Amino acid sequence: MASTIDQSCLYAENHEWIRVQEDLATVGISDYAQDELTDVVYVELPEIGSTFKQGDPFAVVESVKAASDVFLPVAGEIVEVNAALDDTPEAVNDDPYGRGWFVRIRVTDPEELATLMSPEAYASYLQEQG
Amino acid sequence: MAKHTPLYEEHIRLGAKLVSFGGWEMPLSYGPGPVAEHHRVREAAGIFDLSHMGELFVSGSGATDFLQHLVTSNVRRLKVGEAAYAPMCYADGGLVDDTFIYRLPDGFWVVVNAANTDKDLSWIRYLAVGQDVNFADQSKDTGMLALQGPAAESILEPLTPLELTGLARNRIEVTTVLGRAAMVARTGYTGEDGFEIYVSSDDAVPVWRGLLEAGRPFDLIPVGLAARDSLRFEACFPLYGHELSAEITPLEAGLSWAVALRKGEFIGREALLKQRLEGVERTLVGFEMIDRGVPRHGLSVYADGERCGTVTSGLYAPTLDRFLGLAYLPPRLAEPGAQIAIELRGQMREARLVQRPFYTPTYQRKRTGG
Repeated sequence: MASTIDQSCLYAENHEWIRVQEDLATVGISDYAQDELTDVVYVELPEIGSTFKQGDPFAVVESVKAASDVFLPVAGEIVEVNAALDDTPEAVNDDPYGRGWFVRIRVTDPEELATLMSPEAYASYLQEQG
Repeated sequence: MAKHTPLYEEHIRLGAKLVSFGGWEMPLSYGPGPVAEHHRVREAAGIFDLSHMGELFVSGSGATDFLQHLVTSNVRRLKVGEAAYAPMCYADGGLVDDTFIYRLPDGFWVVVNAANTDKDLSWIRYLAVGQDVNFADQSKDTGMLALQGPAAESILEPLTPLELTGLARNRIEVTTVLGRAAMVARTGYTGEDGFEIYVSSDDAVPVWRGLLEAGRPFDLIPVGLAARDSLRFEACFPLYGHELSAEITPLEAGLSWAVALRKGEFIGREALLKQRLEGVERTLVGFEMIDRGVPRHGLSVYADGERCGTVTSGLYAPTLDRFLGLAYLPPRLAEPGAQIAIELRGQMREARLVQRPFYTPTYQRKRTGG
């Protein structure tokens, strides 16, 4: 089954997406990632104000299958977390690019965005993954 | 090479997500996902492919004596058509496996865990040397399906000449299903009413398809191993490799009801009798997370700042909508309501002990009806 790829996002190799709006950006996991995880039952989110380097684990997503680290696609400071996931973790499965977002960050170094995949590149990447 | 059941192609066709389990490639879940499949079994019905399980037919004039010596429960008491949950121990009381034994007209049908089938067979062959007992490994030739949930009886009723209302819990009958030779048992591992159906592996596909078709008006869906695990977990049925192992005795696992110490000699009896008299050093407890997080298998349990045990299973329990776990603790700490902590990702998370089972099987609740 082909998974959905949101055209307004950039993608990291571990299947996180990032949607940039000026110096802030929203981060979540892709449709492919949520499908691989199966039902998400809990998301552990970071503290507001904490900072992470590119590729640092910043959250843990607990699914029926396993606990998985989620990595920050670019360095940043957490400015907002999706607290609604506490009560409705299934939003990650139902609407991964919308209600299922994880955090909003202030991007430390916008140049790091160039290391991420475009929606087209991510589509080929998924095909290679089989 | 992963092993496949006769229903493998059916699972692919149904879009199953596959998982490796005890050397088998099995469906983890289908389209709706594990949580939806779990709810469907509690509310309507689900069908499971359990053809990976091992089945052994034991016969011969010494069969009863042999099994009576092999397992901890009282096999001699079984009448034709009756079944018993039967832990199988080593001499030191540790568990080889937990099995289900059905008494058939001409012998015994022994069902063992998929991952343990080879180990169990070697153990049994070793013990059977010189005994007047025949055993045939039927695992490859047998398809095993479970039809579970409140609608299971209505779905199966028109497909078999067997009168299902007369088939009590833990009973088995030799009959037909959809015109094919079958054994139908009123057993299962979900906490719901339901049936386990044994057919020839050649008949597994038509019977699977026929049941799914007949079950459509009853909202029957195929259910994978993930929901099978959460269903058994809520009912607190132990799982070998988690609650049970060669290092754990049935008395520690809360299975004393399946240990017939008075039935006479059996493997492990001396060790279990000693443990019964002296008391166990650890016991299986249930707990509920107060802080959030999934308390997975292998995590450490703390009480008053001291490490006191290990989590065996921990899940999000869909029916109860809580994060629950099972763990081994010293009996002195095993008081419902007691506070414990689970070490999860380097942090202590608060939890409290609660009664087992988390979910009382429906057939136990209506026991007064017979």
